[in-house]
This record gives sequence, C-alpha cells and structure tokens, in this order.
Amino acid sequence: MKFVSEFRDPEAAKILIAEIAELAADQPARKFMEACGGHTHAIYRHGIESLLPDSIEMVHGPGCPVCVIPMGRIDDAISIASQDGVTMCCFGDLMRVPGGSSTLLEAKAKGADIRVVYSPLDALAIAENEPDRNVVFFAVGFETTAPSTAITAMQAREQGVSNFSIFCNHVTIVPPMKAILDSPGMELDGFLGPGHVSTVIGTAPYQFVSREYGLPLVTTGFEPVDILQGVAMLLRQLDEGRAEVENQYKRVVRDGGNPSALKMLGEAFELRPHFEWRGLGFIAQSALTLKDEFADWDAEKHFELPGVRVADPKACQCGEVLKGAIRPWECKVFGTACTPETPIGTCMVSSEGACAAYFNYGRFRAKKRIPVTSE
Amino acid sequence: MSAEDDRNKVLARIEEWRLRPPKMTDEVITMAHGAGGKASQALTDAVFRSAYGGDELDRLDDGAVLDIPDDSSVVFTTDAFVVTPRAFPGGSIGDLAVNGTVNDLAVMGATPTWLSVAVVLEEGLPLAELRTFVADIAAAATAANVTVVAGDTKVVERGAADGCYFTTSGIGLRKNDLSLGAEQVRPGDAVIISGTFGDHGMAIMLARGDLNLDATLNSDTASVHQATAALMAAVPETRWMRDPTRGGVASACNELAVAANVGVSLFEETFPVLPAVSGACELLGLDPLYVANEGKFIAVVPAAKANTAVEALRSVDVSSRATVIGEINDEHAGMVVAHTPFGGSRIVDMLVGAPLPRIC
Repeated sequence: MKFVSEFRDPEAAKILIAEIAELAADQPARKFMEACGGHTHAIYRHGIESLLPDSIEMVHGPGCPVCVIPMGRIDDAISIASQDGVTMCCFGDLMRVPGGSSTLLEAKAKGADIRVVYSPLDALAIAENEPDRNVVFFAVGFETTAPSTAITAMQAREQGVSNFSIFCNHVTIVPPMKAILDSPGMELDGFLGPGHVSTVIGTAPYQFVSREYGLPLVTTGFEPVDILQGVAMLLRQLDEGRAEVENQYKRVVRDGGNPSALKMLGEAFELRPHFEWRGLGFIAQSALTLKDEFADWDAEKHFELPGVRVADPKACQCGEVLKGAIRPWECKVFGTACTPETPIGTCMVSSEGACAAYFNYGRFRAKKRIPVTSE
Repeated sequence: MSAEDDRNKVLARIEEWRLRPPKMTDEVITMAHGAGGKASQALTDAVFRSAYGGDELDRLDDGAVLDIPDDSSVVFTTDAFVVTPRAFPGGSIGDLAVNGTVNDLAVMGATPTWLSVAVVLEEGLPLAELRTFVADIAAAATAANVTVVAGDTKVVERGAADGCYFTTSGIGLRKNDLSLGAEQVRPGDAVIISGTFGDHGMAIMLARGDLNLDATLNSDTASVHQATAALMAAVPETRWMRDPTRGGVASACNELAVAANVGVSLFEETFPVLPAVSGACELLGLDPLYVANEGKFIAVVPAAKANTAVEALRSVDVSSRATVIGEINDEHAGMVVAHTPFGGSRIVDMLVGAPLPRIC
C-alpha cells in the first residue's frame, strides 16, 4: 500500500467532496474544530478549506505544542543554553519561538551551543560522545512525543550518563480540549480528533466529548483523503443524530492506543498540578514532569531558572484564535505587526500554528464550487 | 681551475637552483602557502595551474585581458561556495563552484566563457582533498566549455574557516539584441522546469548523515547551458529564465511574481519529483518546492510555444525531463498559488527561516 499516494488520490477525494456537499446541503452551518496542529497545517497545505462548502467552518484548536509554550519557559531555556559548557538540543521549530525578548536562534548566534535534533535519543548520543559537555534536551510535545522522551530518560539512567538532562515541557491533549469546550460562548458541532496523539492514548480518552458535551469526534489521519473522510463522518453522525467517538485513522490508531508507550509514560512522568498555556492561561493537571526517580536527569532540578512569567503582549489575540473564537485574519495585528518573520504570539510562531498556516498557505481563497449531484 | 672559475661555477649552480620550478611535496596547507612567496607559487603551479591552466591564466598577470566581440554584451556574475560536506553523492564543492556561476550566466541568455576562481583555505586542509576539488573544477569547466582566466588563493589559520571556501565570478557573452527579463512575461505564458527538482538539497541533507535514511540520492549539479542554448534557439521568444538554487522553485517563482507583477499558478500533479526526494521530504516535513537545485532552471515561454520548448529541452541530456508545471495569470499578481490534484489551492510563499543551512 502506498500510504502517501493512495490517501492523496484525486478520485477518492472527489467522491468525498461530493458526499460532503450533499450532507452539508441538508444541515445548518457547522463548526468543526481540529485540535491537532498537524491537521491545521495539512488542511491549509492541501487547500482543503477551499474544497468544503461555505457552510462548513474549520476552527483551529490549540494542538500545536510549540505554540502553547509560555514565553517565560522559552526564557528559561535560553538561560540554560547560555550557561558555560551547556549544549542544548531541541527540535527545529523551537528555534524561532519568541521568549520575553529573544529566541534560541538569537542565543545561538550569540555563541550558545544549541543544536537541532530530530529525536531525544540523538541528544543522548551527543552527551555520550561529548562527555565534557552538559547536554540538555528541550522536550516538547503532546503524548505523541512524550514516550520517546521517556525512553531516553530510561536509557540515560540505565547507561549511567551523567552529563545529560531533560527540560520537560510535555503537555496532554484532553485538558485544553475540556477548557475550550467549557469556554463561554463556545459553539462547536464536532471535533476532528488528534491523529498521532491517539496512536499513544487511543480513542477512549475522548469519550467525554460525546458523553458530557454531546458532540461527535472522529480521530483522523493527515492526508487530504483522511481529512475529507473525517469531515464526512462527522456530518453523517450529525445527520443521523449520533454523538460518538469514531476512528477514521484505523491504519495507525488502535482504539486501545499503544499499551507499552502508555506504560512508559506512567513510569517516567507524573502530572504537574498546573501548567501555563500560552494564550489559554493556567490549566490544571495538563502537563508532565519527570518522576523523582529521574531527578538526576531533570534539568529543572539542576539549573537555576529565572522562572519569570511573561505576559502576552497586549495586542496579542492568540488566546481567542486558539479557542476558535476568532479566525486568524480577524486578529487586529494579523499580517501587520504579527507575521511569520516577526511573530508576536504563538499562533504565528510554528508552521502548525493556525495563523502561520493561514498566512503561509490560505491567504488566497479560490473557492471551487462542487456540484451536489455527481456528473 | 682558477679560484675565479670555482666561484663562477657555484654562482651558476645557485642561479640554476633559484630558477628551477618550485616543487610541491607538502601534505597539508600551511600558512606559508598563503604568504605570496615560493610556497604560494608552488601551490598555484602544482595544484591550480596543472589542473586548469591555460594561455591566459599561465601569464600570471594581475588581470586577464579579454576580447569582447562587437555584437555582444557582457554578462557578469559571482557566487561563493561554502557547502558542507564538501564532497557528496553526485559532486563536490568544486563542481558547484563552476556550475553555479555558469548557470547564472546561462539563464541570462549568455554563453558562459570565462571564470575566475578564488579560494580561502584553512591551515591544515589536506592537499589530497584540495586536489580532488580542483580536479572537479577542471572537469566541470571543460564540460561547460569555460576557461579559468584568473584566480587567487588565501590561507587562514586553523579554525578561521571550515576547510575551504570558493568564490567564482564569471563572464558570459550574449547578443546585443536579446530581450530576456521579467518585464517580458505575460499572463497566459507557460512555466517550464528543466527536470526533477529538490535533488540537490535533499542529497546534501542525507549526506550530512544526521538522519539514518538509506537512500541513493545524487546532487543534480551540472551546467545547464546546453539546455538554455537549445531553448533559445528553438524559442527565441522565451521571456525569462532563472536557476532555482537556495529557496528552490518556490522562491524563484515568487521573485518572478513580484518582479513582473503577475500571478504564478503551479499545478502539483505535473511536478517532476524523484520518489526518493519526495519520500525524504515527507519524512522530514519539507516541501520539494523549497529545496535547492544546482542543475535545473525555470523558463517562461509564450503558451503557443510550450510544446516546442519542451521538445527542444528534452533533446538535451541535462533537461531530458523538462515539463510544463504552471502558467502566468493576472488574477493574483505578486503571488504564487499551487493547485492540488483535486481542486484545492494554497499559497506558495517566500521561504522564511533557514531549514537547510550551507547547501551550496
């Protein structure tokens, strides 16, 4: 099976587009949220929104783990990276995230040893190969990437690597979804459930969406055909008066998730009492920290962190964009003071942020009208 | 023999020794090679001139005197090369140093003719490694039919440079009556690419070994002059050409959209991309449209001439996979839009940031 080309097959897409148009024609306007940043990016990258009927609005949720890191934590990372003998390793899209006044990219230009890696295990390898460096891995991500951080912590412990630690900023997906559903004035008709997070946690954790809020949720993949099928499945549920958790991404997501990954998470991490989310404020039990057994590899226990809370700039409306209350172009500073080159807030910073995705891909709307009846 | 004769014999021997050509036995570059003295001369003779010396270069004057025909204009360009790793599948910094400059001239409609080669060497660079790059320069120059007529060599202390950096400047000649430029581009024109794109950038990325990807991917570094010449001969009405190096096809099209104040539409289902390139890009979250090329060019031709253009290009090796990938319009001036195979569309913006540093 050729996973990329089959799920980008124009013929399959055309059938789904027609089906969506048919279902939507008999329903009131719908607002669906995609929680996952990867979905936001894919929707814009493949011009999916230009294919959906006008009555369907995709609302972009807070599923971009880089976007939601508070500025104060970036400053903490810069402070660690700027110390003598420290080598900081992080993913590429963290380099340009603005802290209070600077970025990791700027700190690197000023002499800090900051290196882009594709996996925390790469950072551990650097620590093993360069014993005179104090290597710190800047860990971010939802439950998707937390297991690889867990494995790395365990390997570091097993191999007794003493010059390695983790600056943990992992977050979990369910609390922000709840926070958004609880926001006053929130009007959503359904969710495109996170794709890759679900490979770890499965689909059971989302049951609260249908049981407590009466909304359908479809766990969806990232190719154009996946997303279109997910939207079609949501519309079908609404048409049939159902509110269930369904799995469109069956080729990758098992309803029970990945038990060994979940076990690893349980062994390495515990929940912080609360954690600040950029644009959403403090959310209880929404982030992970390393357990005491891993204290020797917890950067927060080894470095003095400024730990200063930096408030979002007054002009920044990221919070409202993240909740889906306003669209990117409705933000007062979108495209003027806030651009991908000069990002003010989180939604513009990472390529998965709603504003960045819209700015980079979606500014131009070429609406194609799809006939309801097949030709 | 008188004392006088003995003395004359010794003086003659010293004179002979002074005039003999310097020998090159060093294994690594040292500061002496940059000092301008005997060691510099030895390096120039034994390494550079022996590889690509010619009548003009061998004069070792301070400058080359070049003869420009009356019916031609001079096209002049320059490029610096700092690629790492210096050798990679499909080529080396030496190949890039020649082809990069040659291609800039070719897409300006000029016939690349003369090149200068300046190099900054790091103390400690192995001579053997330098010789391979110089051999690559010589071979690429021959293949591109250009002559090296000027050069310079500097040496910096260990750590002040990374191995070696090359700068080449090039002169090409083009007929005075040639009209090629963004202002010639019209809505309705066809956008053609001379072959598969994304090859070079991904080859470099994989050669860096940061990722454990098992793929054979070669840089596409090559002179495109034969192809540009064939195109100009078959379609003299060609509007504009550009080589999409850093920033890829996307950046080149954006530059055109802004310079000509037109809209550029690209059609994704026509894109010629090698499976290994699209596979590697998928894995890394990169878009081949933004990945550098070193042996390709984009051409804009009148719509009615598109087939003739593609045929002419396909008859040349370096552009055997030339294909139409888009068209010029007046609907979204200044913007590049890509159309997906199932009717969706998205903006292809200028690249922000530096996803792949030091690729050329």
